[in-house]
Amino acid sequence: MKSKGQLEAKLTAGEFVITAETTPPDGADEASVMDKVGCLKGLVDAVNVTDGAGARAHMSALATCAIMAKNGIEPVLQFTVRDRNRLAIQGEMIGAPALGIHSILCLHGDSITKGDQPDAKPVEDVDSKGLMAMARHMRDTGTFPAPSGRKIDPAPGLLIGGAETPRDPDENFNTKGIEGKIEAGVDFFQTQFAYDIEVLKRYIGALNDQGITERAHFIVGVGPIMSAKSARWMTENLFGVHVPEHVIKRIEGAEDEKAEGRKVCAELVEQFKEIKGISGAHLMAPRGEKAIAQTLTEYNLRG
Amino acid sequence: MRAVRLWSVRHSHGLMKLYDVFEGLIMAVEPVVRRVGYDRLEKPVSVVENGLKSAMFDCQMCGQCALSSTGMSCPMNCPKNLRNGPCGGVREDGHCEVKPDMPCVWVKAWEGSKDMVNGNIFDVQRPVDHRMKGTSSWLRLMRQKKEGTYPRPATTARADAGKGAS
Repeated sequence: MKSKGQLEAKLTAGEFVITAETTPPDGADEASVMDKVGCLKGLVDAVNVTDGAGARAHMSALATCAIMAKNGIEPVLQFTVRDRNRLAIQGEMIGAPALGIHSILCLHGDSITKGDQPDAKPVEDVDSKGLMAMARHMRDTGTFPAPSGRKIDPAPGLLIGGAETPRDPDENFNTKGIEGKIEAGVDFFQTQFAYDIEVLKRYIGALNDQGITERAHFIVGVGPIMSAKSARWMTENLFGVHVPEHVIKRIEGAEDEKAEGRKVCAELVEQFKEIKGISGAHLMAPRGEKAIAQTLTEYNLRG
Repeated sequence: MRAVRLWSVRHSHGLMKLYDVFEGLIMAVEPVVRRVGYDRLEKPVSVVENGLKSAMFDCQMCGQCALSSTGMSCPMNCPKNLRNGPCGGVREDGHCEVKPDMPCVWVKAWEGSKDMVNGNIFDVQRPVDHRMKGTSSWLRLMRQKKEGTYPRPATTARADAGKGAS
């Protein structure tokens, strides 16, 4: 085992995992964290904590994760290269396991120009692949990266995650990008929303053919859609997201759009379980921790 | 070009006067600039500004010039990019902790500011707006003064604060 986390234990055992996502609060106490994310306790295997999502500052992801770990919710620390140089990154990577954080998701981070303090300095000392490689180096060698080489004892046992976007494998499809991340150190992927089950099947099928799903776990993104309007917005504005028209129509035609959104989500999770090569579902909904919890209890999907 | 930079600080008084004339001049041509278009002039003006200010001040083109508050000593030459006074590492001989052969930018700023009539070294500079790097601060000044959006310092911590200044 690379980490002491339950997430890795379950993934390794081949069990279908359920992860969710939360955004840290704009409030400086423990209750602000638990009020948001407490509803997911016992329902999921781990909860990702975003790191300055939308390039806006909130409580730090590390602090949020530490509070969650203390309260019995396994966190996945999202880690961007936007706001820290390598010294800060390495310090947090060593601190994470000490605080009960066993998994990280390595990301670039939304552009500062899109946030609410666009005059800030983007750090970007390393890129996301460099981040993965750094985490793996420190974990596997127990030393700081060159030229330092100082010892870290014990080494930070972190399960390393990366992001991917399911897409239809057309004639230009290649898996070099994914393989590059695996070679940099990725143990698991959490993907962008995948509402088009046919595209997802073809995508995972192509990865199965290349043996990629045996080299890293794929936890596929999905979530309770709040309304038909929000489904259309996601399709138009979120990179790589396509909610098929028949799904939008179905939500639009329902008496209770939110309830139908939860149903669509639950059905997709059930379908994911049947697809070889998918290791779990990653449930995301902006400010929707409660909607996620409701979906999981209503349809008895707990991880 | 440190020699030139230090010369500029020594002559901060004269340069400040020159600058006041220059500012009057650029405000006079503002209507022309506006007609031609700020965006269209951005590139040529920033090239000229960079050439001149690099030669005289080792300008780093942060795009938000603070020279008039820093005794004509460019704070972006400080290895820590400090814009509000020196760090705690200034050597006894007034040199930089990071680059021991370089006089501290802020020691020079203090010397330069004593000879300047306008400008206030006690103005607290705002954090650098990193979007402005490489752009012309002349054009920005021109535009902001004209439009009344020239940013006031974050605060002013004058040495004579509290002495009945209105």
